[in-house]
Amino acid sequence: MSTHSSSHVHAKPAPVGGPLFNAVTLISGVLILTMAVILLVRFVYGLGSVTALNDGYPWGIWIAVDVVIGSAFACGGFSVAMLVYIFNKGEYHPLVRPALLASLLGYTLAGVGVIFDLGRWWNVWNMFWPGSVNPNSVMFEVAVCITAYIMVMWIEFAPTFFEKFGMDNAKRKLSKFMFAIIALGTLLPMMHQSSLGTLLVVMGEQVHPLWQTPTLPALYLLSAITMGYAVVLFESCLASAAYRRSIEMHLLTPLAKVMLGMLAAFLILRLGDLVVRGALPRAFGLSLEAVFFWLEMLCFIAPFFVIGSAANRRNPAKLFVAGILLMLGGALLRLNGFLIAYQPVIGVETSGVNFSYFPTLPELLVTVGMFAIEVFAYIVITRRFPVLPREEVKPA
Amino acid sequence: MTTRRNFLRGALAATGAIVGAGSTASVQARETYSVPPEGLGLLYDATLCIGCKACVAACKEANNNPPEFSTVDKLWDTPLDTSGYTFNLIKMYRSGTMETKDAENNGYAFMKTSCMHCADPSCVSACPVSAMIKNPTNGIVEYNPDKCIGCRYCVAACPFGIPKYQYDSPTGEIGKCELCRHRHKDGHYSACAEVCPTGATLFGKTSVLLEEAKRRLALKPGSVTTYPRGHLRHGQLKALLGEPEGKGRMERTGWKDEPNQNYEGEVGNYQQHVYGEKEYGGTQVLKLSGVPFEKVGMPKLPPYSSAATSETIQHSLYGGLLMPIAVLGALTWVAKRNVKPEDEEGGQS
Repeated sequence: MSTHSSSHVHAKPAPVGGPLFNAVTLISGVLILTMAVILLVRFVYGLGSVTALNDGYPWGIWIAVDVVIGSAFACGGFSVAMLVYIFNKGEYHPLVRPALLASLLGYTLAGVGVIFDLGRWWNVWNMFWPGSVNPNSVMFEVAVCITAYIMVMWIEFAPTFFEKFGMDNAKRKLSKFMFAIIALGTLLPMMHQSSLGTLLVVMGEQVHPLWQTPTLPALYLLSAITMGYAVVLFESCLASAAYRRSIEMHLLTPLAKVMLGMLAAFLILRLGDLVVRGALPRAFGLSLEAVFFWLEMLCFIAPFFVIGSAANRRNPAKLFVAGILLMLGGALLRLNGFLIAYQPVIGVETSGVNFSYFPTLPELLVTVGMFAIEVFAYIVITRRFPVLPREEVKPA
Repeated sequence: MTTRRNFLRGALAATGAIVGAGSTASVQARETYSVPPEGLGLLYDATLCIGCKACVAACKEANNNPPEFSTVDKLWDTPLDTSGYTFNLIKMYRSGTMETKDAENNGYAFMKTSCMHCADPSCVSACPVSAMIKNPTNGIVEYNPDKCIGCRYCVAACPFGIPKYQYDSPTGEIGKCELCRHRHKDGHYSACAEVCPTGATLFGKTSVLLEEAKRRLALKPGSVTTYPRGHLRHGQLKALLGEPEGKGRMERTGWKDEPNQNYEGEVGNYQQHVYGEKEYGGTQVLKLSGVPFEKVGMPKLPPYSSAATSETIQHSLYGGLLMPIAVLGALTWVAKRNVKPEDEEGGQS
């Protein structure tokens, strides 16, 4: 029965149960339907009919938020699995399955979300066609890796469905080579989360020096792992509150310490890089970029003050706040690189051409709809499938 | 350059260390490519341009593009910038009283905006499906809509803001200048150069055009010289330089014959800079201007391409899949030790 030792005795995952129709799922349903209508318009009349995309800003929030930030938010499964299976911290085992579910949903939606943004989506098979692929392209690497990872995650998560439907034989067979799936599931996100940062490198001068650096792959990878732990803190607190379950503080408190360690490594590289490249002075001055840089920094540094002390790490509310701060910081790093710090080429200054981008309401509603699918699916799956650890004693 | 590469190497080593491969993979910087010897391009001389926009109209016609309007009456094709339907545009620089042509202050000037056909194009490096490729012989950056997935990474990557997507269509394509390559088989060359009445836009091999550009920069402003029009061939260049026509440099045959269209004109007050000779590792479209290039919308760019930086990073991390396989091997070994067969993912312990 046991993996690494009998010292970790965990509750078996079990469906939470309860109604599928409630205020949250109902609101999610309305948001999802709204998104479907907007997407219908988009596919019939083109991207310009619903988005604010223009010749200066070819990428908007569907890429920066739904895909780049969305997939980083979905790093919980990867971060926790790495901790449990690679660094052999078996005590965190109960966190694996819920984190994996959130990752699975996040990544699958990011993958689907890309299609909404593709202007010539019916050609997407070329991405995997040997006669078409371009191995020099960072996006090729990102696309192939994310596709592979989505498939790997569904396999990793399959035991949940096997358990639900009593497919013991399939479960046993799969468990024999689960170690290989887990290894692959650790490698793939390392590859594409770093490459999501490398995407910006070819844009050269168009990306502000505060965010344009050859260290982008390392920065994006480190921040994605950190965000993975932050998302787990956030989710655990939220799920516990929503389902009136006890919070797994004995796991979250040490996890928060691991997260701070990763965060420190990230910050050292981030600031060291800015100093070495001589880009730091650009952060001092009145510009949109400078303001957003400091916002990003604030979100990355504040967690040390919130949960820096061991006592504070035992406080669920503070863990929750620190988790949100780090998710915001990582989101800002990405939003800044892909949108705020992106400067389109204008040409002759006096020719009257000026580009700006701010998402339209329909564009925002699609992004909201994507998150609504995630919430909806998370509720349905955790209520009906064995994901969260079984509660021994129902708290009042 | 060296410092940059060293830094890049350090940065990559850091990434490698984080990925956990011990960064044993040697980091080989990918050099910026150069213009191919037979590369074709344009030479745009802003001092000769009179802003007639015949090239804009010819480009529209040659590429079968619809007009775009920016005025209320919608009578004329009046795009304000290049777009998915406008591949070539003459923009105007204005300063103060606009009295003198090609003067930075109280003057005005024109500048052509179209694809520069980079030696090492970012759009080609960015494209995941090889829909944007650089022709290995003539160096034209070619677009293939039948492969394009419409991700618009090329749009974001281009340092000149050239490829543009057609957002108003559910089947929108990327639009950009391809030097009228679809007309080459009939002996025609770039329509913009074909119609240019003053030879401000010349078509030819980039090597020939670069020599012509340097000939002009060496002339005394205000003196009189001979300007060619249309397609500048090697033989004509030699005549302009007053040299005997050398042998061994065969022109591609099949271009249509044209009468000599040379004319005498006054030499402008040039910036001593051939834009595109060094920028981004070189571009096949070259430019001369009387007003500093940054003022007329040509960005100040380093002599190396971001495509080289990006591919150096990608190939250092993923070249031959060495690093991923090594990391996967290590991860599998560790995971095998820590995951017992009974330990179904997330199951009980």
